[in-house]
Amino acid sequence: MIAVIGLLLGVGIGLFLKPDVPIGLEPYLPIAVVAALDAVFGAARAFLDGIFDDKVFVVSFVSNVFIAALIVFLGDKLGVGAQLSTGVIVVLGIRIFANVAAIRRHLFHA
Amino acid sequence: MHEPVPEMSEASTNEPSTNAADPAASNRTGQSPPHAGDGRLTRALLRPGRGQVVVGLLLAVLGAAAVTQVRIAGHNDDYAGMRQADLIQALQGLQAVSQRTEREISDLEATRSSLRDSNLKTATALEQARDEISSLGVLAGTLSAHGPGVRITVTVPATSDLSVNLLLDGIEELRDAGAEAIEINDQVRVVADTSFESAPGGIDVDGRILKSPYTIDVIGPPESLNTALKFPGGFVDDIAVDEGKVSIKQSQDVEVSAIRTPVVPKYAQPTNPG
Repeated sequence: MIAVIGLLLGVGIGLFLKPDVPIGLEPYLPIAVVAALDAVFGAARAFLDGIFDDKVFVVSFVSNVFIAALIVFLGDKLGVGAQLSTGVIVVLGIRIFANVAAIRRHLFHA
Repeated sequence: MHEPVPEMSEASTNEPSTNAADPAASNRTGQSPPHAGDGRLTRALLRPGRGQVVVGLLLAVLGAAAVTQVRIAGHNDDYAGMRQADLIQALQGLQAVSQRTEREISDLEATRSSLRDSNLKTATALEQARDEISSLGVLAGTLSAHGPGVRITVTVPATSDLSVNLLLDGIEELRDAGAEAIEINDQVRVVADTSFESAPGGIDVDGRILKSPYTIDVIGPPESLNTALKFPGGFVDDIAVDEGKVSIKQSQDVEVSAIRTPVVPKYAQPTNPG
């Protein structure tokens, strides 16, 4: 319940405060969001599996976001930022699909 | 330690086997019976634990970030999310376009100025031509004219005709004194190719028989014209010898209204046309 409230609160903050993103961080925000989504779906699956641990979630969330941003940063430095961020999005998207498939099996038994 | 985020390999091996045999897979992945997931979900929603605070916090961050990103992607223009390389490419494209456009502008400006030039030249030439037409028209007798001059009336007795030579001498004197337009009897304009011939009872000027009294309208400097006719042994004296009478009236506005239709020369060609 607190998690759902937190999510709604975050959406509300984003909608009403309209925080400004520093221009240097702008290319990393979409990647970070997708990485965080991946962590959230992984956590949901683990929760339904009965093996959820909040400490692990925090670590995986933060490290996911950090590593995704790092990869894109490296890509920018190497001159392949666009391609590498596409690659990161693809990999994270595949993982999200896999996790959602597991969640779906738990909830709908299909 | 449990891994909440399954590894790629795990996920990918899991997926096809589940699709192939659903019950077996669900037994293997879910360590508890299938309905345990629902129960835990309900329990978590109803009685949140301490760990949910951290999760909620992170989800709040995620929600804010996601909404912000959506706002940025939706609101900003095309260039905001672009990388340096893409921006440079776009910039180069724009520079090329701007260079091409500038070239086009300078071309068009050159065309405009040349057109303006030629327009001006045409207008000047037209004006010159108009001036020339009017001055030549006066000289060639195709235009009526008015201006300062003299009106000469020559009366000769019916017994003696005015001799052509006398009249020609007089006209030559007038031309010498600066006559610009001459007409006789308000009927014939005297120009370069006017012919004079004696005819019974008068003078044949350009095919017209003119009779006494002769009225000669001359436009030119009135004083000079007057003097040109009156000097001793001049036109007036010559007429007097023939018992004729001459009256000269100076005027500031003499009207020469007789005109000639211009004749295109049949034989004479300009040596250097234009």
